[in-house]
Amino acid sequence: MMTARSTNIVIGGEAGQGLVTVGGLLSRILVGEGYRIVVTQGYQSRIRGGHNTFEVRVSPDAVEAPAEEIDVLVALDDATVTLHAADLSPRSIVIADETFCDSDDRCLRVPFKDLAPAAFRNVAALGVVCAALGLDEKSAARIVDEAFGAKHPEKAEGNRDALAKAIAWCSGKESYFRRLPAAPEGPRRIMLEGNAALALGAVSAGLRFVSFYPMTPATSIPLTVIGMAERMGIVVEQAEDEIAAINMALGASFAGAPSLTATSGGGFALMVEGVSLAGMTETPIVVVVGQRPAPATGLPTRTEQADLEFVLHAGHGEFPRAIFAPGTVEDCFHLARKAFFLAEAYQGPVFILTDQFLADSFRSVEPFDISGLDQVKPGADPASIVEPYRRHARTESGVSPRLLPGASAHLVVTDSDEHTEDGHLTEDLVVRKVMVEKRLAKLEGLKREVVPPAYEGSGSPELLLVSWGSTRGSVREAAETIRATGVDVATLHFNQVWPLVPEQFLERLKSAGSVVCVEGNSFGQLARLIRRETGFEIEERVSRYDGLPITPGYILRELSV
Amino acid sequence: MVSIEDYGTYETAWCPGCGNFALLEGVKKGLVAAGLAPRDVLFVSGIGQAAKAPHYLNANLFNGLHGRSLPVATGAKLANPNLAVLVESGDGCCYGEGGNHFLAAIRRNIDVTMIVHDNQIYGLTKGQASPTSEAGTMTKAQPAGVILDRFNPVAVAIAMRAGFVARSFTGNVDHLAEMIRRGIAHRGFAMIDVLQPCVSFNKVNTFAWYKKRCRELGADYDPTDWSAAMKAAVEWGDTIPIGVLYENVRPPFESLESVLAKGPLVGREVDRAALTAEMMRIGGAAADD
Repeated sequence: MMTARSTNIVIGGEAGQGLVTVGGLLSRILVGEGYRIVVTQGYQSRIRGGHNTFEVRVSPDAVEAPAEEIDVLVALDDATVTLHAADLSPRSIVIADETFCDSDDRCLRVPFKDLAPAAFRNVAALGVVCAALGLDEKSAARIVDEAFGAKHPEKAEGNRDALAKAIAWCSGKESYFRRLPAAPEGPRRIMLEGNAALALGAVSAGLRFVSFYPMTPATSIPLTVIGMAERMGIVVEQAEDEIAAINMALGASFAGAPSLTATSGGGFALMVEGVSLAGMTETPIVVVVGQRPAPATGLPTRTEQADLEFVLHAGHGEFPRAIFAPGTVEDCFHLARKAFFLAEAYQGPVFILTDQFLADSFRSVEPFDISGLDQVKPGADPASIVEPYRRHARTESGVSPRLLPGASAHLVVTDSDEHTEDGHLTEDLVVRKVMVEKRLAKLEGLKREVVPPAYEGSGSPELLLVSWGSTRGSVREAAETIRATGVDVATLHFNQVWPLVPEQFLERLKSAGSVVCVEGNSFGQLARLIRRETGFEIEERVSRYDGLPITPGYILRELSV
Repeated sequence: MVSIEDYGTYETAWCPGCGNFALLEGVKKGLVAAGLAPRDVLFVSGIGQAAKAPHYLNANLFNGLHGRSLPVATGAKLANPNLAVLVESGDGCCYGEGGNHFLAAIRRNIDVTMIVHDNQIYGLTKGQASPTSEAGTMTKAQPAGVILDRFNPVAVAIAMRAGFVARSFTGNVDHLAEMIRRGIAHRGFAMIDVLQPCVSFNKVNTFAWYKKRCRELGADYDPTDWSAAMKAAVEWGDTIPIGVLYENVRPPFESLESVLAKGPLVGREVDRAALTAEMMRIGGAAADD
């Protein structure tokens, strides 16, 4: 990871000004030119007005974390200029309408009203940014054309003109330019955000049914699936509430369709009884929880990592589960796949714990090689059944043969009540004990399949940074900066936060001089979980719970490096 | 040929004299009349004494949570439209805890048949008011009498132009079986509100009380006439009409879901080339790249 050559571009404005359009197009141009990006979207819970930002950190080298200092500030409204004045780096420029800045000092004052009619000024702004970064005009024009050409042919010409005029206007303003270092030759990359990668991973694993109730920041997962549902053969249903969403997914899964539901903390709170139902009826289901700051409605459009304990304990009673916490966009794809395989193999709920930062964070990624990937095969082969068929038959692994209703003459019976091996309600307390043990036996199998935490560093570092989920890139970059000062620092990152297998990491904790847990919550939820499972107390914490993602700079400040 | 023996006979957990016995018999007869074999039938039930009913016959069964049968049934039907999916539960489960799902199922018009054991009381929790209890009903939980007005499920369903709305009574098993047969035959959401006594906790709406009032709709009654159906739906006094109150034939939800035109979701293969194309499109790569 080399981050010195990165440039941080922040586009700010009101909701409804086309900020995401400009940011998205700029990102696509950058990725098309071979650059690496990390996008951070900061928006308010409103449809118009307010102050939103679309931040693109770009580099010719690999980048995995957001930055704080702004090198190029693109102000679509005058408030942006003042709101971010303190964040500007020494080499920064501001690109703004001529009326927003008082002086030409490091402010490229653009006469937007002369360059384009109001409807096309966001694309004019894009043109100025492209010129200032030294990006190829033809690539920019092609991507703008692709974006508007098909859907809005009537707008294509206006946008093309706005872009060309804006780029031409920049001629002679080179003193304001912040040309990007050339991107190296490399594999072609595409631009995906966490939620799109999650959706693609799920579909590649055989996803057939999605039920959801809209909730930020999870909604883009079902929306991504809806965009391909017809061609990929997937039914997506917007449920009347989250309770219906999880119960529909369970019904579909019971009948043989690999199923997913996606929500955030508040919606997940409504699903909790359904989670327990999945555990009791041993029905496979993948639940994505996109974290945002809570309690209650909290900060609906910001980010946090405060639902680890909630998801770990959600559901009354005792039953096995697995919880993944992807750290990168690539992880989102691969762990979504793994979640489906585990849900089917161990017949129960599997969770993917992401957050608003990663959900909305566009990155440049190499396309996934889907051609060789396998898919989940729901249910057992009816021919393999030894009669009489019992849906919840006792086995050593705790995994019983799951047949699909209607697939054979065998009747498939399950119950939310405690049940006998054949799935019928029972109040026999001897059977009860046997069935608890049968279900919990599956935890042993789940433990054997745990993704071990990623360790980077020497065998006995002075400092060990522990983290989970979306903070992976920031922690690695902070460690690199600390290492450059001569401190022996290591990182231990969890992509799966349950079950924990102490043999995979306890020695690492014990071998480090000091250990710091970096988390986007105030309790130190992973640190508490590690102590509960291992007895090892991580005393030092870097916590963030103001709604913003943990950045490398934040970690360094908290560690007083 | 399917026979009633195919659906089996089991010991139950019900009180002697419970209306559930007649309901169970009516359900079996209805399934046989519909020509359905146990393997092609999926029951989804909730919680309560009524929700135990599908345990006492041979069929596939997902006995889920209180109030949540309809969403489970919806998901199962969408995954495999070849299954005959029936919901069976009580008035508390279907109209109280599951009220929002009841409204959504009517709007969705999915091809699911909902059989409601309506005894106007909560039995399993020992005698509290249910959504269909008469105002004034005295219970341990409502010692001064129920203040809330009675929920009228058939009137709500007809007001929303549900696909098929019927009412029956456990005192007439053949009528009940016929309503169930017709509900299954109806393509779209079908509900059958079945009046039944609770011998343990409802001392007002007894077998005799219903017997005296329930009257089959006449041969001249037209269930496609919405205004007539609304009028019949609110009739609840000396006479309670039973029969098909309303039928509104329109395409069921799953027939409008184009993905299902190619058959059930179960057992499909991922088209990897198509998914690769989707990934490149989403990732912003031009087709000619």
